[in-house]
Amino acid sequence: MANSVLHVADVHKSFGGLQALSDVDLNVEEGTTHAIIGPNGAGKSTLLNVCVGRIKPDSGHVVFNGEVLDAHTPDEINQLGVSRVFQTPEIFPDLTLLDNVMIPAFAHRDGSFSLRPFSKLRHETTIRQEAEQVLSDVGLEALQTREAASLSRGDKRRLELAMCLIQRPKLLLLDEPTAGMARHDTNRTVDLLKTIKARGMTKVIIEHDMHVVFSLADKISVLAQGRIIASGTPDEIKGNPKVQEAYLGGAQ
Amino acid sequence: MKQMLSREPFALLAFSLVILTMPIWLAPLGANYPDLLQKFTIYAIFAMGFNILFGLTGYLSFGHAAFLGIGSYAAVWSFKLFTMNVLPALFFGVAFSGLFALLIGFISLRRSGIYFSILTLAFAQMCYNLAYSVLTPITNGETGLQLTLQDPRIIDRALAEPGKGLPSTELFGLSMSGYSGFYFCAVVLIVCFFISRRIFYSPFGLTLRGIKSNQSRMNYTGFNTRPYTLTAFVISGMFAGLAGSLLAVTDPLAGAERMQWTASGEVVLMTILGGVGTLIGPMLGAWIIKYFENIFSAFNPETLQSFFSFLPEGLRTVAVDVSSLFVGEGWHLTLGVLFMLIVIFLPGGVMEGWRRITRRFGGGSGTKPASSPNAAVQPAE
Ligand SMILES: Nc1ncnc2c1ncn2[C@@H]1O[C@H](COP(=O)(O)OP(=O)(O)OP(=O)(O)O)[C@@H](O)[C@H]1O
Ligand SMILES: [Mg+2]
Repeated sequence: MANSVLHVADVHKSFGGLQALSDVDLNVEEGTTHAIIGPNGAGKSTLLNVCVGRIKPDSGHVVFNGEVLDAHTPDEINQLGVSRVFQTPEIFPDLTLLDNVMIPAFAHRDGSFSLRPFSKLRHETTIRQEAEQVLSDVGLEALQTREAASLSRGDKRRLELAMCLIQRPKLLLLDEPTAGMARHDTNRTVDLLKTIKARGMTKVIIEHDMHVVFSLADKISVLAQGRIIASGTPDEIKGNPKVQEAYLGGAQ
Repeated sequence: MKQMLSREPFALLAFSLVILTMPIWLAPLGANYPDLLQKFTIYAIFAMGFNILFGLTGYLSFGHAAFLGIGSYAAVWSFKLFTMNVLPALFFGVAFSGLFALLIGFISLRRSGIYFSILTLAFAQMCYNLAYSVLTPITNGETGLQLTLQDPRIIDRALAEPGKGLPSTELFGLSMSGYSGFYFCAVVLIVCFFISRRIFYSPFGLTLRGIKSNQSRMNYTGFNTRPYTLTAFVISGMFAGLAGSLLAVTDPLAGAERMQWTASGEVVLMTILGGVGTLIGPMLGAWIIKYFENIFSAFNPETLQSFFSFLPEGLRTVAVDVSSLFVGEGWHLTLGVLFMLIVIFLPGGVMEGWRRITRRFGGGSGTKPASSPNAAVQPAE
């Protein structure tokens, strides 16, 4: 069995009376793309929230590369090598695209705190070039000096992807990375994610677009009402009657 | 021009020129006397430092006057205990205010937004009340801390026989009153501008902007934001302490009213008026407020009478009655109106107005300029 990068073990989480995650077990192997699908409100984003330390599980653990994440803060988890694209884009709205991408690069290079208030930004040519490269990878090179707030929703998503990619994370978590994008941009993003995969980056992707899921995923887990009802290769999932009923429904 | 100014040596040179020639170009405005010039430079330092916290991280402190006061007290104590030389006074002012800022910031920065503001306000009021009453042995309470003939001044006494009367502050023999006091403050301001500019255009400054823009994103991006905000808080506290000790340098006296919440509010007004988050905006705001304070508070009914003397009798009384509300003691009303106008019509302050003007007449670039250090740097390369 390949190395497990992310192991979610027996996680429970409830919000008041609502059981958002129950008994969730998930293993993401190194270098693979693991898709999580499921109807709205199934608990997919909540699962990622648990992984990045935004919420603490009621019980169970998340283990990343052998490290138990329970007591870690979000910044520590990121420093371990986990980057995330959120469902609603989390960017720096009043900074330029270039700044948006350079900030994560500094976190990646200098750690969670570095005090050099007098070093000059203009001397950071390596990081600037990297940022320009990543921006052109996601197709935003023309907008570098624009304010991020002025981007369309789809472009914000691509920007956030760039912000994650520049950190070269060991694990990339993507919460609906193509939602709100035009077909053309979706295809482009899928191609980009395929290239990243070729570089061996491990990914967890939440996605509603089945075309995207089946062209990227090595493994798929189906979440419904906080439970994983099926896990397997894309072909296994396609053929699983339980999944058909719970999610794919008439679509297949 | 603009490209050249984005280079550090040129920016410093231009800034120094403007500051050092203040006595000349402020002459037509009738603001070229040392007392006011000193105030201009000192409050510019105060506002510039405040802006490092508020402008870059977005944390609105309502208690920065506490550090101003602490700086003054520390400086006056340095004059009393050690020497009338101003350098140790500045050192102690900055050191003590930095220490207090560390403590107050450490506690206040556990909260953000309005709760942070309230915490800083509470701390500052606490400092004010302590200075006013409980700590009278240190602060001399209501009267304020002053120099006396009995002060030990150990260093000065070891070097020379004390002269008659109260000594004045000095820099290695150069008296710090009048224009020499102004030039000393001006040099300190230029140094502060340099520091502030470096911070603005450093990765550290960019990180602070990130915190202002989206703090939670910073966390998920791998930044531990607390030490960053604390550093910004301490730096701005030290700027305030420096300004406070300069106030004592130009007039060796420290009173508790310097720490009152109105003084904390004033620096907020200065920063917003000039342009939050811009390098020189807060300084302009400080100048505008100090200038108008000076002009308007000096008006009295007689000057108004002569000002409106061209009007017929009845009209004149009305004009004088109405306008006297806005001058003298009532000049705060003018300030309030000015502030309201700026916030409503020019939310970016004076700097925003300047940008609008240059964009209209300079035919600037079509894209919206983001408040970015990178954007400012790029054209030069
Ligand atoms: N912080 C929270 N507090 C209370 N309830 C929450 C919280 N976060 C999520 N929930 C609830 O938990 C359930 C699962 O939400 P989650 O966002 O994980 O769903 P999802 O699978 O990502 O859905 P979608 O496809 O719509 O994004 C929902 O019913 C949601 O209302
Ligand atoms: Mg979701």
